[in-house]
Amino acid sequence: MTALPLDYWLTAGLLLVGLYGLIASPNLLRKLMSLNILQASIIVFFIQLGAKTGAAPPFAPEHAEVVAADYVNPLPQTLMLTAIVVGVATTGLALALLIGIHRHFGTLDEADILRRLRE
Amino acid sequence: MRDHLPLLAIAVPLTAAMIAPLLGRSSVALARGLAILASLLTLAAALGALAASLAAGPVRYALAGWPPPFGIELVVDPLSGSVASLVAAIATLVAVWGVPSPDRPGGGVFWALFLLLVAGLVGIAVTGDLFNLFVFLEISALAGYALLGAHDARSRVAGFRYLLVGTVAGSFYLLGVGYLYALTGTLNMADMAARLPAHAGSPLVTLGVALIVAGLAAKSALFPLHGWLPDAYAYAPPAVVAFVAAVASKVSVYALIRILFDVVGSAGPLSTLLGILGWTAAAASVAGAGMAIAQQDFRRLLAYSSVSQMGYIFLGLAIGNEAAFTGALLHLVSHAVMKANLFLVAGGVLWRRGGCRLDDFGGLSRQMPVTTTALAVTALSMAGLPPTAGFFSKYYLVLGAIQEGAWWWLGAIVLSTLLGIAYLLGVLERAWFGERASDEVGGELPPRLLVPIVTLTAAVLAIGLFNQDLVEVVLRHALPASVR
Amino acid sequence: MIDLAYRPVAAVLVSLLAVPLIVASRRRPGLRETWTFLAAAAKLGLVASMLPTVIGGERVDAAPLELAPGFALHLRADAFGIVFATLASALWLVTSVYSVGYMRAGKEPRQTGYFVAFAVCLSATIGIALAANLVTFLVFYEVLTVATYPLVIHSRSPEAKRAGRRYLAYTMLAGQALLVAVVWTAAIAPGEELRAGGFLAGRAGPAVLVAIFVLFMIGCGAKAALLPLHGWLPDAMIAPTPVSALLHAVAVVKAGVFGCLRIVGWVFGIDLMSKLGLDLALAVLAGTTILVGSVRALAQDELKRRLAYSTVSQLSYIVLGAALGSAPAIAGAVFHMVAHGFMKITLFFCAGAIHARHHLSRISELKGLGRRMPLTFGAFTLGALGLAGTPLLAGFVSKWQLGIGALDASQPIYVAVLLTSGLLNLAYFFPIVRAAFFDGPTATETQEAGPLLTGPLLLTAAAALLLGIFPDAVASFHSLAWQVAGEIASSPPQLAGGAP
Repeated sequence: MTALPLDYWLTAGLLLVGLYGLIASPNLLRKLMSLNILQASIIVFFIQLGAKTGAAPPFAPEHAEVVAADYVNPLPQTLMLTAIVVGVATTGLALALLIGIHRHFGTLDEADILRRLRE
Repeated sequence: MRDHLPLLAIAVPLTAAMIAPLLGRSSVALARGLAILASLLTLAAALGALAASLAAGPVRYALAGWPPPFGIELVVDPLSGSVASLVAAIATLVAVWGVPSPDRPGGGVFWALFLLLVAGLVGIAVTGDLFNLFVFLEISALAGYALLGAHDARSRVAGFRYLLVGTVAGSFYLLGVGYLYALTGTLNMADMAARLPAHAGSPLVTLGVALIVAGLAAKSALFPLHGWLPDAYAYAPPAVVAFVAAVASKVSVYALIRILFDVVGSAGPLSTLLGILGWTAAAASVAGAGMAIAQQDFRRLLAYSSVSQMGYIFLGLAIGNEAAFTGALLHLVSHAVMKANLFLVAGGVLWRRGGCRLDDFGGLSRQMPVTTTALAVTALSMAGLPPTAGFFSKYYLVLGAIQEGAWWWLGAIVLSTLLGIAYLLGVLERAWFGERASDEVGGELPPRLLVPIVTLTAAVLAIGLFNQDLVEVVLRHALPASVR
Repeated sequence: MIDLAYRPVAAVLVSLLAVPLIVASRRRPGLRETWTFLAAAAKLGLVASMLPTVIGGERVDAAPLELAPGFALHLRADAFGIVFATLASALWLVTSVYSVGYMRAGKEPRQTGYFVAFAVCLSATIGIALAANLVTFLVFYEVLTVATYPLVIHSRSPEAKRAGRRYLAYTMLAGQALLVAVVWTAAIAPGEELRAGGFLAGRAGPAVLVAIFVLFMIGCGAKAALLPLHGWLPDAMIAPTPVSALLHAVAVVKAGVFGCLRIVGWVFGIDLMSKLGLDLALAVLAGTTILVGSVRALAQDELKRRLAYSTVSQLSYIVLGAALGSAPAIAGAVFHMVAHGFMKITLFFCAGAIHARHHLSRISELKGLGRRMPLTFGAFTLGALGLAGTPLLAGFVSKWQLGIGALDASQPIYVAVLLTSGLLNLAYFFPIVRAAFFDGPTATETQEAGPLLTGPLLLTAAAALLLGIFPDAVASFHSLAWQVAGEIASSPPQLAGGAP
């Protein structure tokens, strides 16, 4: 892998942003968005694993001679396709739950909701 | 046929999950019947694979014919076969019960989610690929969030918070796998086990393993990452929780065992990790039991009890010798059975008496003698009284702790047992010797609800009396090679 | 006839088999009680049938049942075990008769549950008596704890539930200590069974062995009402009198001292006890319990509570004998298990008869009652004199042996302890007798409790007298006691805490 270390720092920063938002946001929807950011950072991380400067996309004519180092590693990208789908499904389910919560409580503020839950 | 059993164990519930909504349109009973049938077939496949693995070595199946390490491989060995069978068995019994509640049996979509959860959990058990495990982990997690969350407003909140924690946990797992993949270039568990020792001591390994462990620990509700559990278990219908509580966290523990002991092994910082796990587990067992005592709602009590009991399993892993590990595996099986039974009893009480608080248990023995006897046997087993299943797993754990000289952890086991006795016998006292509720309608639970409860109770006694056979025939072979 | 090898198992199981029969006949009290009697008689018969073999010096060994590696249930009747088993089953038969009378007189509710719990308790007790290894002992010990709980809280009153919770707190704590001790022993001495003379010598360093001993003593000591774990016993007197009589004067507490003696003689061995200095410590603890129990008994006005504290004190005679370790001390301890059983149960039967017939339970209310219940109070007097160690009664035999044993072990101070305790016994029993016979209004007619209540107490009082005059008259208890001493006692003279 010949990606610059700076990319990884940025990815780490993205993860921390997501994590911070998840923990610190008082609003449930914002927590969900932070979760998406966190998931996105991990996806980016994987893609970076497979990236190489100056490499070609992983397509080759059939029966051609393939030198692996010239091509981007396709496996992490494949894995992340799955991960993206998982992320979408999770977000969909989470939004469905949030709609139901909002309908009942009228708010998406976590502190409010928890307080009313305990009563 | 033998080689296809692992695939069948996943494919059957998965296919049934897709058919269930269609059947549900015409009749919910049909959907439920499909669920029962699918669970039984899954159980048969899992048991068959387990038996085959005990007889002739692990059963391997390469998905779509792509050979490992490039393709995804399914592997059933005694450990994963036991876990898969456990999942399928409890799924069958809960399906017979008729979730989410006896008089509101849930639509076709509900059974679809149920079967997806079964498929996901069995998938985690039988997969031999780290990323594939992530996929099944998320499948089961999503199905779990939906099953636990989709009832009333409170369950939605609990479900959403569970979703947040669970997704972060899954993401951390994925990140950890990413590190290990970056290092070794493979995702196949067996292949990675062969390649990792070359990188032993590398910070990437430490970080990757730590992330994987953190993720799976959160899914197992290991203290202090257990916050999502009490609410999620308390607000969902008890019968749903019976399945999720009994089985989902056990499968996460299985994944942890598999990765820590078989994949990573000595290549990673195993003793440090196990030390940390041990201390958190000791805290979990005591804190969980302590919090359970304070609960007035039976389901919350059971939820905190789960936190405490999972602590025992992790303690057994952390102590690490053969006796303690056997105790951990035995407890994994027996706790699944006991917890499922207790939640089904809770469901029965909720159905009959309209509430599931400790106050609602007064005079239960008069109205529902069979159910109360089942409750008594299971509670005594959880408290660790001989000659039940819970006693024997505790015996192994204590033996292991003494052999290793883990005195503080032994103290934690004893203390949490005493606390456990306090809250469990408190419930029993009310049920057998408490005041009768003034307006009681109906008598014992109907057969459909009683059969799963009685079956599970019999299992509790059987595991206790025949634990020798269980250990000798199955569990001994399920121990990781490094522990034997 | 059942083969000899199966009889230990059969003796344990017979009352369990009666449980479903008792439950099935819950609406027909006569039938239900018949099942109880039959089970009790069968149990006694099975146990007694093993007596000749054991007296002859052999043991009756049942096949072990392995439940886990290193964890086998194994029953075996040796001299010590058969003494306890015979005592428990004989007294169960008597108590069953008494229970029927008591329950009928008081029109008590929930009798089915009562008889079921009793049956399970007796199974567990025989299991404890005939346990051949620590693990079997532990299993039945815990079962006994759980099975006695419903009997303690029988009346369901708030006080009963409080007493029950207290009982469980003590016994569950003890159970955990016992579990750790048993597992630890299994860890350092795998595969070992109870063996006369012990098997722990040399298995681990002194610190470990002392720690294990302390855990064992907590485990057994709670049931044995050893200081400071005795607190549950007086509160447990809230249970119906037959429960107090059999369980808390015979089965449960005797299981505790039985356990203590088994640990001393068959796990550690007298010599190891002496080498570790444990015998001295145990003797001091027992002696203190004897005296404190007697003193506290003086302060009680509730008759059953006074009897409870007396039990606390008397049980430690047995523990003291175990600690002293010399042959007469051991023999005295074992015989005292029997003697105290008969005498104390007589006293409890009397208390119950008084309560059933006259609804009185306080000592201050008993003035003149002796003239109206001469048989009952006559039996009471015999029992009380026996406990104080009066000659011609069973209590004297054991006390005498214990005294000789103390001298043999070069611990004369314990003779003083025994004598003091005897005087205290008189101090707290004599006023009751005197007030009953010599105070209060004169009687016009006898008002004994019914025959089902009076019969048993006369029987046990007579037995106490018989055993005092002919110690071997019943089940050769005395010879068996000396047989036990022969198995485990140290050779005299024994210097406690010092070199052999």
